[in-house]
Amino acid sequence: MTRGERRNLWIGLAFVSPWIIGFLAFTLYPVLASVYYSFCDYDVLTKPIWVGTLNYHDLFTDSVFWKSLYNTFYFAAFVLPLGLVIALLIAVLLNQSLRGRPIFRAIFFLPSLVPIVASAMVWWWILNGNFGILNYALSWFHIRGPQWLADEKWTKPSVILMTLWGCGNTMVIYLAALQDVPRSLYESAEIDGANPWVKFRHITVPMISPVIYFNLIMGIIGSLQVFAQSYIMFSGGMLGGSGVATSAGGPNRSALFYTVYLYQCAFDFHQMGYACAMAWILFLIILFLTWVATRSTRKLIFYAGE
Amino acid sequence: MQAVVDDFNASQNRIFVKKLAVSEMLRKLMLATAGGNPPDVAGIWSSNIPDFAEKGALTPLNKFIDRAGINSNDYIHIYWDQCASHGFMWALPSTPVSLGLHWNKKLFRDAGLDPNRPPQSLDELDAICDRLTIVDIDRGGKTVRVRYTELTDAEKQAKKFSLVQVGHLPTQPGWWIPMWVNWFGGNLWDGDRKITANSPEVLETFEWFRKTSDKYGIDNLRRLGATFGNFASPSDPFLAGQVAMELQGVWMYNFINKYNPQLEWGAAPFPAKHPEKFPVTFAECDALVIPKGALHPKEAFEFIHYINTQGPMEKLCLGHRKFSPFVKVSDEFMRNHPNPYIKVFIDMAKSPNARYVPRLTVWAEYNDEMTVAANKVITLVATPEDALDEVQARIQWRFDRVARRWDAIKDERMKEWNSYDPR
Repeated sequence: MTRGERRNLWIGLAFVSPWIIGFLAFTLYPVLASVYYSFCDYDVLTKPIWVGTLNYHDLFTDSVFWKSLYNTFYFAAFVLPLGLVIALLIAVLLNQSLRGRPIFRAIFFLPSLVPIVASAMVWWWILNGNFGILNYALSWFHIRGPQWLADEKWTKPSVILMTLWGCGNTMVIYLAALQDVPRSLYESAEIDGANPWVKFRHITVPMISPVIYFNLIMGIIGSLQVFAQSYIMFSGGMLGGSGVATSAGGPNRSALFYTVYLYQCAFDFHQMGYACAMAWILFLIILFLTWVATRSTRKLIFYAGE
Repeated sequence: MQAVVDDFNASQNRIFVKKLAVSEMLRKLMLATAGGNPPDVAGIWSSNIPDFAEKGALTPLNKFIDRAGINSNDYIHIYWDQCASHGFMWALPSTPVSLGLHWNKKLFRDAGLDPNRPPQSLDELDAICDRLTIVDIDRGGKTVRVRYTELTDAEKQAKKFSLVQVGHLPTQPGWWIPMWVNWFGGNLWDGDRKITANSPEVLETFEWFRKTSDKYGIDNLRRLGATFGNFASPSDPFLAGQVAMELQGVWMYNFINKYNPQLEWGAAPFPAKHPEKFPVTFAECDALVIPKGALHPKEAFEFIHYINTQGPMEKLCLGHRKFSPFVKVSDEFMRNHPNPYIKVFIDMAKSPNARYVPRLTVWAEYNDEMTVAANKVITLVATPEDALDEVQARIQWRFDRVARRWDAIKDERMKEWNSYDPR
């Protein structure tokens, strides 16, 4: 390296140093520290005490850990496929040429612009068992709606419903991909007499498969980390009474998701070491599922560039 | 508080106190202390003291207190006691509270009850509740509104009614679910290393919870609960007249006065299982602490000491419409106090059967776990035995873990606390 090159290198490093320092201090160090803490008894204020794999052992026998994991998988099992399909459906519909298309696009995208705290409060009212408009709408069909938020059988479906309402981000990504599909492919298919379903199945889906894959991965990560909806809607009795006693995670912890329990352990119970162990387990789960998704879809994805 | 802070700032010219109102206070205090940048004085709940003290987040105040000549006998002892943990004093009280039965006199009168006689025993409470509970029921295709006592046995069995008003619910407001054991003479731990979540008295308390849903039906209770508005609003179920009796703190006067000043109400000790142990209450206080690492501990204590003198304390407590933690109060304080039942709350706090939150570092989890258990029992998902056995196992496990940590660090801690000298 010449002197000039070395000089350039230092100047370059100096320019990116805010990012490098930020990354080292606020990302890399906390991540590495959390590995260490997960093997410690650590309550934030006292210095960590090494306990080996005790936290991980405890987790395996902690029934609330398993319950929160089950709740999270249950949530993901519905939100992931439904979210992908519904968002794609809406995107395809909004890709048709019809009058007022920009307005419809805006309307469907709007929910994902609403802060989750605000939308959780709105849904808290929509889902109210007595005054909520959802049950009011059901009453037109002579259905007596459930107590969405107070009955443990209905709390997870409530959160799923509310999450699907905000699938606008996924939809927009689909929409962008749909507009990239070359018109010529559809035209030649039409000449061959293909119907809309065949065109969708054999042209649209393969052409946007990388985007479907992208949304799948983001969906896995996002749905396993679901937090705010449950944290706000089931914050434990502060929002009016319930008649049946509720705590964090809703009735009988039926909507206690993994990250909510993690947060409770870390910041309500001051069990930071335990929470770090939980965080690493979640990371490994997400890593594994992403790997599985990548492997199993490898042959199904079509990259136009290849 | 601001008025008292202003008084303090005006009373001398060396120290200037600036009051900050902070949301999510405990979390921020913990992180600020861990980061070595805490405030000089902080106000926390007395129930947080054991946890914060054991984690080394607070400064021991014994030497300050001795030098200032502050005498524990000047305080209502339950409040003084709560400021201690592991043999050290960590705080001095500011505004105290105790809980009592609040009842709606108009609803009593409407039900043909003596509006000036609150229930004296749990059985009487039960009987009164039936009179005060009003339901809508379908009779021959027409919806009629009747009192629970006017239902036929078959109608009571079928529970096909909807609740309009209830006498009392143990889940309303639902903030002290585990503390109900006080009224049944129970304890939540043995004072040392053993949790006693499934002891007979706790089981009895949970049986009492279950009676509510046995009587009124889970779905009916859920539907009624969905109509309850937020606390601190005119649609709070007690203020709106949906619940006739509620266990509430001395602060309830403020909310009645603000949101429904027309309400005719009374306050009395809540009836207890064992009449010889009367009155029972649950008492806590706001507590002023000096976080560890505070830059000006001496000045901080000077301020805490100022608040803990009769004049400023009475000004502060009158401002909060609470009572003073001191045994001695001025006639003027009692005369000027707007809450007509303030003496009831003072007497309850002085009762030998007043209890506070167990001095446990795992209290946050214990409370959470007990609330989950109560929900399971009330919604008939689990029997009291099963629900409480689970609480017992979980909290004992958590407590063992915390105790293990304490054993590992306690010698070092004790040495540090003993040697702390503000001079």
